[in-house]
Amino acid sequence: MAIREQSNLHKRRLSRNIGVGLSLVAFCIIVFGMTVSKIREGSKMEAFDHQPRVSMTPAIEGQSGGTQ
Amino acid sequence: MSDASLDIRSNAAHATQMEPKEASFGDYVLLMKPRVMSLVVFTALVGLVAAPATQPLFISFCAILFIAIGAGASGALNMWYDADIDRVMKRTATRPVPSGRVTAQEAFQIGFALSVMSVAFLGLATNWVAAGLLAFTIFFYVVIYTMWLKRATPQNIVIGGAAGAFPPVVGWAAVTGDVTLASALMFGLIFMWTPPHFWALALFMKSDYHKADVPMLTVTHGRAATRRHIWIYTVLLVPVALGLGLTEVGGPLYMAAAVVLNLIFLKGAWDIRARSEEQAEADHYAVEKKFFRFSLYYLFLHFSAILGDIALRAAGLSLGGW
Repeated sequence: MAIREQSNLHKRRLSRNIGVGLSLVAFCIIVFGMTVSKIREGSKMEAFDHQPRVSMTPAIEGQSGGTQ
Repeated sequence: MSDASLDIRSNAAHATQMEPKEASFGDYVLLMKPRVMSLVVFTALVGLVAAPATQPLFISFCAILFIAIGAGASGALNMWYDADIDRVMKRTATRPVPSGRVTAQEAFQIGFALSVMSVAFLGLATNWVAAGLLAFTIFFYVVIYTMWLKRATPQNIVIGGAAGAFPPVVGWAAVTGDVTLASALMFGLIFMWTPPHFWALALFMKSDYHKADVPMLTVTHGRAATRRHIWIYTVLLVPVALGLGLTEVGGPLYMAAAVVLNLIFLKGAWDIRARSEEQAEADHYAVEKKFFRFSLYYLFLHFSAILGDIALRAAGLSLGGW
């Protein structure tokens, strides 16, 4: 029997492949977006232990930053 | 029409019938119970928005997404385990696993993989308290409810309802990293709402649960006892719903909505309690069906009112002293 390209089985398989492919692309975008968001959120941190540092915070008037 | 063309058509029809059932992407989506997911997304969103802290918008979006995926994953695991009883019940017979479009093994693999993924990524995106609560929710729904209680006790709905009540707590914890009285009362609202909601459904879907041998209260204790239980749980629900209005997430809009909705809900529960089975059969369970439909609005409007009060506060229109 000739292969029927447009059989229901092929349509279902195509929809599944496209769906899974798009889900994977969406997952990559989400991980990338989370990374960017986390890095922005942590801009007041130094790298070695990811803790906020007084040396990184804006200086208060009458005091020099980084010495507290 | 010639014999040859008839033959070709009958062969084609036969070939179509013989095609192996193969899942489309939509079947995988159905596996995750999208209607349940929509309720989870909404209540988790309210918990997240009502929490007294802020976080980047994209992180909030990710939190809701991973909570929804976790809920969907537990739905898939539920379908994997319950395939035998889903096949028997009219309401569930067309689901992807009982209809044969997705194998039970596939449902398990998808459910398990998405469970692990959703918990891990919720932890990475927000905090591990929220991730732990999501993991516990999945465990509770799949192991405690689906595998154990559902087939063992008529109180299955009562205790199993806890799984559906966790999303606002997870949403709240995703922002604050803790559980407070307000988020616990949001849990309580859904937890106490679940039994009357499902027992009303069981009253007019009686043959389904009976055929599947699921020990629903209607099957084990009778329909009069179920009517009494609906009334008792609705009475117990009222202080929880009103109490939530006295916490930091409440406000005048919530309180007004809660008073009206609870009065209507109490009236419906009393009507169900006061009816005999003969009266119910005579009008095809009209009161029970109406109560069930209203129960959906009841929960949706309570959580919408919380959002409404947040909007009022943001606009500076809230009453003082709340």
